Amino acid sequence: MTPRAHRVVSRRGETADTWTLALEPLPGEELPLFAPGQFGMLYAFGVGEIPISVSGASTALDPLRCTVRSVGSVSAALCATAPGDVVGLRGPFGSRWPLAEATAGDVVIVAGGLGLAPLRPAIHHVLAHRNEYGRVIVCYGGRSADELLFMSELEVWRGRFDLDIDVIVDIAGPDWHGKVGVVTKLVELAAFDPDRTFALLCGPEVMLRFGALTLRKRGVPVERCYISMERNMHCAIAQCGHCQFGPKFICREGPVQRYDEVEPWLKIGEL
Amino acid sequence: MQSIEQTLAATRMFRNLTREQLAALARLGEEVEYADGSRLMIEGEPADWFFVIREGFVALQTDAPSGAITIETLHNGDSVGWSWLFEPYLTHFDARSRGATQAIRFDAATLRVRCAEDRELGYELMRSFASVIVERLQATRLQLLDVYGRATVS
Ligand SMILES: Cc1cc2nc3c(=O)[nH]c(=O)nc-3n(C[C@H](O)[C@H](O)[C@H](O)COP(=O)(O)OP(=O)(O)OC[C@H]3O[C@@H](n4cnc5c(N)ncnc54)[C@H](O)[C@@H]3O)c2cc1C
Repeated sequence: MTPRAHRVVSRRGETADTWTLALEPLPGEELPLFAPGQFGMLYAFGVGEIPISVSGASTALDPLRCTVRSVGSVSAALCATAPGDVVGLRGPFGSRWPLAEATAGDVVIVAGGLGLAPLRPAIHHVLAHRNEYGRVIVCYGGRSADELLFMSELEVWRGRFDLDIDVIVDIAGPDWHGKVGVVTKLVELAAFDPDRTFALLCGPEVMLRFGALTLRKRGVPVERCYISMERNMHCAIAQCGHCQFGPKFICREGPVQRYDEVEPWLKIGEL
Repeated sequence: MQSIEQTLAATRMFRNLTREQLAALARLGEEVEYADGSRLMIEGEPADWFFVIREGFVALQTDAPSGAITIETLHNGDSVGWSWLFEPYLTHFDARSRGATQAIRFDAATLRVRCAEDRELGYELMRSFASVIVERLQATRLQLLDVYGRATVS
């Protein structure tokens, strides 16, 4: 699969090192359809290609978006693109959030830091099909207020009556008037019915483990906890083995996986 | 509004207390209200009280040159203060109400005497506070672990 050329239509700074790019296929290229949870291989021409989850799933309301943290050469090149620049995109790849399975019950979304990006299309989907779900709860944690994504959208979500969203940070100065502590605390405080809840989690692996543990303590069966695993990968077509995780290839079976199916390997560093 | 006893019974920390013990504890509590910004406890001052939050939001804070740093926030059903349990009974952090807060306040000296007289109640209260202290320790460890750390991108 060769990368298809996309134009960067806008670039928004989320935090000091994280940018959201809105992309549009060049004329003649098809608009790729990404389901919430899926990722694309984003190519900075002449530098390289990396997996990036979509943070806006090209719906009627939202263009295709990717939120990228600058951590190395390719992500830095992508973050430095300007509107009008062209990047390559392969995809969609990977599994999706279990939004069809979750209907009729409560949905608890637990995100840490950059982990809100792959969950954003899932939140949009649930809000667009609001009648199909019970309570919808978003628990979002970050290291500090400066490291939270989508601030203006968080405010809009907070104003809705059909969504319980709460944000918590690890470290807070005088300007922060919200909750302080770890995101698991929001899971403890949230009101949902564990017997009919699906939980979707994305964030660093330590957070995923403790998030799932807290959900389990609250009575959510582990088979209804799904995580997005974003370990290092390369080819995205289950050939190179870069992202092999136990018996699974994250690019093929992941990134979204049922927690009980990956739990045994989560405590092992890069496999 | 719930009675003090009902409020205490609904908290996780006092779930192991018998009805009699809850009633005994409730008799020592008084209902209090704090306006936004008022301090329930002051760092370094005698730990004369502990609180159970009924409705509201309390920030545990310490002062830094840049202003007050919030270490943790506490919410409905949480207890505020455990320095009253151990000598020298001095408060470690400021506890400040964020918005209006309704709480149940307990007089520490009376409670200590009561626990010495009624060892079973004293033991159960110690267990309740130990569980809170362990939970807060785990939460602090997670904060130290920096669970959103950069090493694992996402
Ligand atoms: C399915 C999937 C979805 C992803 N979605 C996003 C996203 O939406 N936004 C985003 O910013 N990033 C995302 N990532 C991570 C992103 O792919 C990496 O940050 C990127 O590959 C780094 O490439 P680089 O050339 O910029 O840095 P490199 O020079 O390759 O790496 C810089 C540093 O980051 C480490 N690193 C690289 N990739 C990973 C990884 N996956 N996990 C942990 N450490 C890593 C390297 O070991 C190195 O220390 C995702 C990864 C996967 C597998």
